Amino acid sequence: MDILRGLTNRIGLAMNGKGPWGGNKGSGGAGSDGGSDAASGGSSGENPGSSGSEGNDKSGGPRNPWLPSGGDDARRSAKIEDIFKNRTPGGPQRGSGGGGGSGGPGFRMPQGPGGKSWAPIIALSMLAIWLAMSSAHLIGPKEKGVVQTIGIYSRTLDPGMNFTLPWPIELVAIENVSQIRAVQIPAGEEEKLILTGDQNLVNLSYLIRWNIKDLKKFKYELANPSETVEEVAEAAMRASVAEKTLDATFSGEGRAEIEERVRRRMQAVLDAYDSGVAVQGVQIDKTDPPARVVEAFKDVSAAQQDADAAINRSRATAQQILARAEGDTASFDKVYAQYRLAPEVTRRRLYYETMERVLSQTDKTIVETPGVTAYLPLPEIRKRTQQSGGAGISSATNPAQGQ
Amino acid sequence: MEIFWQNQKRSIIAVALLLVGLMSSMVVVPETEQAVVIRTGEPLYTINRFKPDAPFGQTGAGMRLVVPFIDRVVRVDKRVLALDMNPQQVLSSDQQRLQVDAYARFRIIDPVRMVESAGTSDGVRSQLEPILTSVLRQELGRRTFAAMLTAERGNAMSNIRRKLDEQAREYGAQVIDVRIKRTDLPEGTPLESAFTRMETDRQREAATIRAQGQKNAQIIRAEADAEAARVYAKSYGKDPKFYDFYRAMQSYDQTFARGEGRGESSIILSPNNDYLRQFRGKR
Repeated sequence: MDILRGLTNRIGLAMNGKGPWGGNKGSGGAGSDGGSDAASGGSSGENPGSSGSEGNDKSGGPRNPWLPSGGDDARRSAKIEDIFKNRTPGGPQRGSGGGGGSGGPGFRMPQGPGGKSWAPIIALSMLAIWLAMSSAHLIGPKEKGVVQTIGIYSRTLDPGMNFTLPWPIELVAIENVSQIRAVQIPAGEEEKLILTGDQNLVNLSYLIRWNIKDLKKFKYELANPSETVEEVAEAAMRASVAEKTLDATFSGEGRAEIEERVRRRMQAVLDAYDSGVAVQGVQIDKTDPPARVVEAFKDVSAAQQDADAAINRSRATAQQILARAEGDTASFDKVYAQYRLAPEVTRRRLYYETMERVLSQTDKTIVETPGVTAYLPLPEIRKRTQQSGGAGISSATNPAQGQ
Repeated sequence: MEIFWQNQKRSIIAVALLLVGLMSSMVVVPETEQAVVIRTGEPLYTINRFKPDAPFGQTGAGMRLVVPFIDRVVRVDKRVLALDMNPQQVLSSDQQRLQVDAYARFRIIDPVRMVESAGTSDGVRSQLEPILTSVLRQELGRRTFAAMLTAERGNAMSNIRRKLDEQAREYGAQVIDVRIKRTDLPEGTPLESAFTRMETDRQREAATIRAQGQKNAQIIRAEADAEAARVYAKSYGKDPKFYDFYRAMQSYDQTFARGEGRGESSIILSPNNDYLRQFRGKR
C-alpha cells in the first residue's frame, strides 16, 4: 500500500518535475554545472523520502550523517511534494547564486553541518581545471603552437601565455621549432658503404642538423616528417658522393664540398615537399676506406713515408759526397800552393814520406841481383800468417823495420 | 535518482537521441585529412579535397554535417605519403649488377577515385610498389653502371617519376618525387671484386710512390756526384801532373798501410827502384 502510494506520487512528480529541470537548464550558463547540481539535489531529496524502503540501501555510507539531524520518522511523514517544492526554487538559485544559503531551509539544513554541499564546489573546480588546462597554453621561448579550431587551422601561437577556446573546440599542438635536431646516420658504429664516382666504396657517417621553419607545414604537409628528412638526407648524400672520386671524399676540401651540396639538395627537395623543414647543416664525421681494404690504404701512406725516407737518406749521402769533394780539393789546393813555391823539393819530400809510411808497414824483399827470383819465401810468410794471425806478422816484420 | 529518471525520462531520451544524432551526423575533418562521403555505396562528394595552393585555414577542413546512418565517411590522408621500395637488384646495360633502394613520395589528390579503385592509401601503396620496381628496372637497365651512379641519375629519376605518376593517377594519387636512396654493389662476388680492385689500385699507388722515392733519391745522389766532379775538376785541373803524383801518394798510403780489414802485403823492390837510389850510394 505504501509502495503504491509512493509510486503514484512519483508519477505526479514526473509531471511536476519538468518545470524545475527546464528552468534549471535555462538558467545555468554551463550545462554540466546545472546538470550535476540537479542530480545531486535529486539524490539527496530522494534519500530521506524513501529511507524506509529501498532508497536507504541505495544511498552510500557518506549520506548517513544526515539522518540523525533530520529524524527518520519526520522525514517519512513529510510529503514528497513538500520536499520538491522546497527544491524548486533552490535549484535555479544555487545554479545562479553559487550555493548561497537562500534555498529552502527545510531542505538545505540536512545537507551538512557547513550548510553547503560539496558537489557544486567539486563540479566548479573541475570545470575550472578543465578550462585552465585546455584553454591556457604556456609556450616556451623556443616553441610555437598551432591552433586547430574544429579541424580548421586558425593560427600559430608565439612564445608566452596564450589563451584558446577549451578542448575540444580548439586543439593546440606545441612543438619546439628553433631547437636544432641532430640525426646521426648511420645511428650506430656499423659500416656504411657508399659508392663514389670512380666506383669505389667509402665508409661514411654524417650528421644532419635541422629544425622547423614553418610549423603548420611541418604538421600538416608530411605524413612522417622526421623519417622524410632522413630519407632525403640519405638520397642527397649518396647522390653527392657519387659525383666525387674516392680520393676527393678523403680530402677536407672534397668533404666540405659534399656537405654543402647535400645541404642544398636536401633543402631543395624538402622545400619541394613543402615540409616546413630548414636544414641547418650537414657534417661528415668520418670518411674511411672499407675495413676490408684498409690495410692497402695504410700501405699507401707507408709508401709515402718510405719514399720520403729514401730521399732523406740520399740527401745525407749527397751532403757527404759534396763535403768530401770540398775537403779533398781544399787540401789539394793547399798542398798545391806550397808545391808551386818549391816544386822539386816538395815532390821529393812527399814521395819519401809516403814511401816511408808504406814500406815501414809492409814486408820488404829487396832483390839485388837479377835472376834470383826463386828465393822468395812467399809460402813461408803465408804459413806464418795463418799460424799466429796479426801478432805473428808484426813480430815477423819488426826485424825488417829495424833496418 | 529514480524519481528523476521517471520524471525526466522523455527529455533524457530525447536529449540522448539528439546527441547521438548530432554525433553521427557531425564530421570533423582536420587539415591533415580529406574525406569522401559515400551514400549507399556511391561516393557523393568530398570534404577538404586537396587543392595545391589553398593556404591552411581556408582549405575546407572543419566540421560538416552528413545524413546519419546513411552516409558513410571515408577518411583519406591529405599529407604527402611515403612509398618505400624493397631493395632491388638492377642490371645495368653493361651487365653490372647494382642493388638499388628507392623511395617515392605521393599524395592522394583525387580521393573519390582512390576510394573507388584502391580503397585505402595502403592499397595505393601496394598497387604502386610493383609499378615503381618495374619502372625503375626498365629505366636504370638502359644505363651503364657509371651513368647510374652519377650524372644521369637525375634524368632517370624524372623519367621514373613521370611513368609512375601516369600509373598513379589511376588510383587518384600524384607522385611528387622518386629518389634513389641507395645504390650498392650486391653482396658476394661484385662486392668482393670491387674490394680487390680497390686493394690492387692502392698497391699500385704504393709501389709507384716507393719507386718515385727511389728515383728522386738517385737523382739527388747523382746531382751530388756531378757537383763533386765539378769541384774536383776545377781544383785538380790546375795541374794534372801534380795531381797524378799527389793522388798516387795518397793511394799508396791507402793501399799499403796496415789497418783493420786490409790484406797483408809484401813488397819486392828492385834495387833500381827510385826509392833506393840513395841506398845504392849512387848519385
